[in-house]
Amino acid sequence: MSAPKPKIRKEVVSMPKQEPKERSHNFNEVALGYTEEQAVDEAGRCLQCKESPCVKGCPVEVDIPEFIKLVRERKFDEAIRKIKEKNSLPAICGRVCPQEEQCQANCTLGKVGDPVSVGRLERFVADWERERGYEVPQKSASAGRRVAIVGAGPAGLTAAADLARLGYEAVVFEALHKPGGVLIYGIPEFRLPKKIVEAEAEYIGKLGVTIKMDAMIGRLYTLKELLQRFDAVFIGTGAGLPQFMQIQGENLCGIYSANEFLIRVNLMRAYEFPMSDTPIYVGEKVVVIGGGNVAMDSARCALRLGAREVKIVYRRSREEMPARAEEIENAEEEGIVFEFLTNPKRFVGNERGWVKAMECVRMRLGEPDASGRRRPIPVEGSEFMMDVDTVVVAIGRTPNPIIQQTTEGLVVTKWGTIVVDENGKTSIEGVYAGGDIVTGEATVISAMGAGKKAAKAIHEYLTKK
Amino acid sequence: MFEIVTKRELAPHINLFEFSAKEIAVKTKPGQFVILRIDEEGERIPLTIADVNIERGTITVVCHEVGKSTKKLGRLKEVDGIPDLLGPLGKPAKIEKFGTVLCIGGGVFVAPLYFQVKAFREMGNDVIVIVGARTKSDLIYEDEMRQVCNEFYVATDDGTKGYKGLDFLKDLLKERKIDRAITMGPIVMMKTVAEFTRPYGIPTIANLIPVMVDGMGMCGACRVTVGGKMMFACVDGPDFDGHQVDFEELMARMKMYAPQEKLSFVFYEKGGRGL
Repeated sequence: MSAPKPKIRKEVVSMPKQEPKERSHNFNEVALGYTEEQAVDEAGRCLQCKESPCVKGCPVEVDIPEFIKLVRERKFDEAIRKIKEKNSLPAICGRVCPQEEQCQANCTLGKVGDPVSVGRLERFVADWERERGYEVPQKSASAGRRVAIVGAGPAGLTAAADLARLGYEAVVFEALHKPGGVLIYGIPEFRLPKKIVEAEAEYIGKLGVTIKMDAMIGRLYTLKELLQRFDAVFIGTGAGLPQFMQIQGENLCGIYSANEFLIRVNLMRAYEFPMSDTPIYVGEKVVVIGGGNVAMDSARCALRLGAREVKIVYRRSREEMPARAEEIENAEEEGIVFEFLTNPKRFVGNERGWVKAMECVRMRLGEPDASGRRRPIPVEGSEFMMDVDTVVVAIGRTPNPIIQQTTEGLVVTKWGTIVVDENGKTSIEGVYAGGDIVTGEATVISAMGAGKKAAKAIHEYLTKK
Repeated sequence: MFEIVTKRELAPHINLFEFSAKEIAVKTKPGQFVILRIDEEGERIPLTIADVNIERGTITVVCHEVGKSTKKLGRLKEVDGIPDLLGPLGKPAKIEKFGTVLCIGGGVFVAPLYFQVKAFREMGNDVIVIVGARTKSDLIYEDEMRQVCNEFYVATDDGTKGYKGLDFLKDLLKERKIDRAITMGPIVMMKTVAEFTRPYGIPTIANLIPVMVDGMGMCGACRVTVGGKMMFACVDGPDFDGHQVDFEELMARMKMYAPQEKLSFVFYEKGGRGL
């Protein structure tokens, strides 16, 4: 094992997955994770570059070469400790981070072959620890100050964990009945098992963080009321408001927002209905509209819920799809059909108010728009009808508006995002914000990065105060 | 845990629950609702708040057993607790001095209407109340309403008590000057009320609780068309201009899960999990 490596191994150690035929009928996790041998093997490919380009690609600056070195030496306990210096949710990040655009995009090995699979290694050590029981790090002496965190999603949990470690009393207010935010209501079981989210939230509880469920800030308490009871507040309420296309027939029965569809399936476990109480309707011909990860998740859920045919309708072409390559591939393997360059125009209902068809128009790509992607333009006269009985609209989510609506003096953009400075500070003293509520819909890890930055800024603010 | 401090049967299969929930009680205004969950398998059930008691730190809801979840709630007893109670949700009702306010409630929704009637009276309005139910034995809150309103009428679908149906409302509207109408009840009833008041141009508020999941604007299940625009009842409402609501669409959407609800209920009655 410790024999000198004669040459660079260009190919990544592949990770076992459930077979597409089997997995398209169950909600169990698709990717099965590395074994110890596979992990050590993959870690052995790392070149241990001095300048660590991978770390520069990580929003929370995990010391990647160091933890990989520890994996190679089979010091898994030390490896997870190294990760957790910077990242309190490693089992989640190992599964859902877009590593190919972040740490792995910068990997030196990537220039000659496959980059080192940082994500799979992170996942491996996090799972290794979870199966053996968490080690709870020593806390700093109590700072005697209290910080309120609004929203138990990736940004809020990260901020809370960092603040607790610094000795603050951190209290998280979560409106839903379970912590995790999008990790618990949005990302499906087969991509991120809920027991992992629960375990990592529990770990954050062990750091001394209190998570108060069923507490919607803006209604139960206003932000100003929190400021009377706490020394600082962090807002991490995310982008949870579904967007609709605002086309004819969109309120017909059988048409869901992706949020509703996924909340029913994930948070409410409708796939176990009637063992669980929350129902879901999935017909035979399901169409999902959109090209992001949420669209892939919705389509793959629909398939697992028994749809005969699941189509993804996207107005641009494959190249412009915002979903992760891995997720598009998984969806295709499972038999999801893609209709590119197609856009819905209206829905047609039956006499009972249920959707039965969707009129679409073909699109072509024009010049790049503000997003840098080529703008889709309808092809005149190309309209056609598609038979459908279930539709999931997955065209994006906008910021949750309640805090902005109920807080005077909080400066927001015209898109409803909260305005902050480079440290996450808002227009109100002692109030910080980060994650999707500031950037609009983005990734789990960028929200965690923002939570981390804000925790540091809150610490500096309260130290000076 | 949110403890049930009082449970009272108001009519067959209609129960009043008073929950210990101090934080919610102090913030609640008439027209708002809560979402509760009975156990780990439980649905998120939206119920309009029927009253609060600040000294006792409680909120009251009234629930009609119509399916598995409401039946499960109906089986709970005093001192039992529920794990989740979220609220107050939705925008409060607009309670001002309007003059003469006509409040029409049907079925179990008479209870939350009572909360509004009291508030309208406190603002110095004259309040005419009509309580309705399918049949005499389903009527609730008659005495309570009588005590707080200026004028009181009863109507039942089958005529077993009071007026038969709501047609008498037409005459009432002809004879009286009404400044505002509030209606809470089954969608068919609210639609009828809105149609009756429309010719007189009486501002008519319908309180809508469609199918919803999170209750905080995230799922869009509760979307309704109001004046041609898509609205979310949970955050844009629950009060809307009754003359602008597309009740037909709402009725269809309310039935979306009818087959599943039936299956779930049968499953539960046969001793499935969650007993």
